[in-house]
Amino acid sequence: MHELSLAGGILQLVEDVARREAFGRLKALRLEAGALSGVEVRALRFALDSLAPGTVLAGARIDIDEPPAQAWCLGCNQSVPIRSRLDACPACGSVRLQPTSGTELRVVDLLVDDAPLATPDPAPDPAPAPVPATEPADAALAPRP
Amino acid sequence: MCVVCGCSTPGADVHTPDHVHPHAHLHAHPHVHPHSHDPVHDHHPAVGQPQVDAQTGDLHYGAGAAKVSVPGMSAERAIQIETDVLGANRRVAQRNRAHFFAHGVTAVNLVSSPGSGKTTLLCATIRHLQATAPALPVAVIEGDQQTSVDADRIRATGAPAIQVNTGKGCHLDAPMVAEAFERLPLHGAAHGHDHAHDHTHNQVHSHTHHHAEKLLFIENVGNLVCPAMWDLGEAAKVVILSVTEGEDKPLKYPDMFAAAKLMVLNKIDLLPHLNFDVARCIEHARRVNPGIEVLQVSATSGAGMAEWAHWLLHQEPQL
Repeated sequence: MHELSLAGGILQLVEDVARREAFGRLKALRLEAGALSGVEVRALRFALDSLAPGTVLAGARIDIDEPPAQAWCLGCNQSVPIRSRLDACPACGSVRLQPTSGTELRVVDLLVDDAPLATPDPAPDPAPAPVPATEPADAALAPRP
Repeated sequence: MCVVCGCSTPGADVHTPDHVHPHAHLHAHPHVHPHSHDPVHDHHPAVGQPQVDAQTGDLHYGAGAAKVSVPGMSAERAIQIETDVLGANRRVAQRNRAHFFAHGVTAVNLVSSPGSGKTTLLCATIRHLQATAPALPVAVIEGDQQTSVDADRIRATGAPAIQVNTGKGCHLDAPMVAEAFERLPLHGAAHGHDHAHDHTHNQVHSHTHHHAEKLLFIENVGNLVCPAMWDLGEAAKVVILSVTEGEDKPLKYPDMFAAAKLMVLNKIDLLPHLNFDVARCIEHARRVNPGIEVLQVSATSGAGMAEWAHWLLHQEPQL
C-alpha cells in the first residue's frame, strides 16, 4: 500500500501549487502512472479519495492516464512499447528488453478556477459583485442593460 | 532538463559532495489551454468575472480558458507542473548519496519479503566481517513497522544500529534514512564533534581504491513491492530471496528484482529438503534484470558467506 504515501506526495505537490498560484478551486487533476511505475491505479484512487475531504483535492475530478512504457529491444534494436517488465518485444518476440521510460508517477497538470466561489478564503472582500467597487473611475465600466 | 520550459533543473543537481542543491523543481508554468470545456455557449452578454490588471486597474473579460466570458461561469485555467511525485524523495536520496560518498560510506539497501532471513543473514555477515576485516566500520539502519527486536539483535553483535519504525508505512524513505544516519557513529566519527549542521563535506577521499571503507546496511521493511520505488541514496539494492519461497518470485515481483544489483539466494542449506529449482529461479531473475548478479548463501551453515563478504567489500560509494 505505498499508494497512500504517493497520494500524500500528490496532495503536497498540489498544495504547494495552490499556495503559489492562489487559485480559487481545483476542478481537475491529471496524473500519469507509467506502466512500470509500480502504481496500482485503483489503490491510488482509493487513497486519494480517502485523503481528499477537507483538502484542496476535495471535489476535484482526478484523471489518471496509464501510458505504456518504452523499452529498447536488444533483439531488433529499436524502441518498442511495453506494458510490463515481462512483456516480449511486440516486433520480434525477443525478451531481451531494456526499459527506458514508464517508471514514473507524475502530476501532469491542474485545471483550476480563479473566481472566488461560494466559499472563498475567509480573508478577501466578501462582496460578490463582479465589478470591483474600488475602481469607479474610467469608462468601460458602465453597467450594461 | 525541464520538459516544459527547457530550463536545466534536473532533480538531483549534485556537483560535489560538499555542495548539494536540494532543487525544488516545481516552478509554475501557468499555461492557458484554449480548449473548449463545458458546452455552455449560450447567448449571454459577455460579463462574468474579469481579471483585474493590478497596475492599471484594467479589466480583462474572457481571459479564461475558453477565451470567452460567460456569466455564472468562472475563469478557469490549466497549470502544467509535470512533476514526478517521488521527486522530493529522490532529491533527499541524492543528498544522502552525496553525504555517504563524502564520508566514504558504502550503503547497501537490503530488501526482501518478510521471513527471508534478512536479519539472521545480517548478523552472520557482521560476525564474518568482524573476523575477516576487523578494521572495517559497519553500522545498520533497521527498518520495521513495529518493535526494536531486530536492532537489538544487531546490537548484540557489537555493531551500532538505529531502529526506524515506520508505523503503518510499508517502506523506508530517504528522509528517514537521512535522519537515522546522522545518529550513527559512522557519521559522527568523521566529524569528531557534535554535528554542526553547516559542516562542509569536502574531505578528500582517495576514491581510486575499489573497495568499501565503511559499510552501512539499510535493512528495509520486509516487503517485495514498495521499497523498489523509494531510492534511499544507497550504492546498491540487494534483494534476498530464501529458497523456502517460490522460484517464481522474480516474475511475481519484477520491479524489485529489476531494481536490485544483486540477488542473494539464502537458506541454501535447506535445498536438499525442498523442490526449489535454483537454475530456474536465476533464469527468472535475469528475465526481468539481465544484469543482476547472483550469490548463494546460507547464514546458518556459513556456505557462500566469504563470497558475499567479498562482494560487499568491493562495492564503492556511488555518486
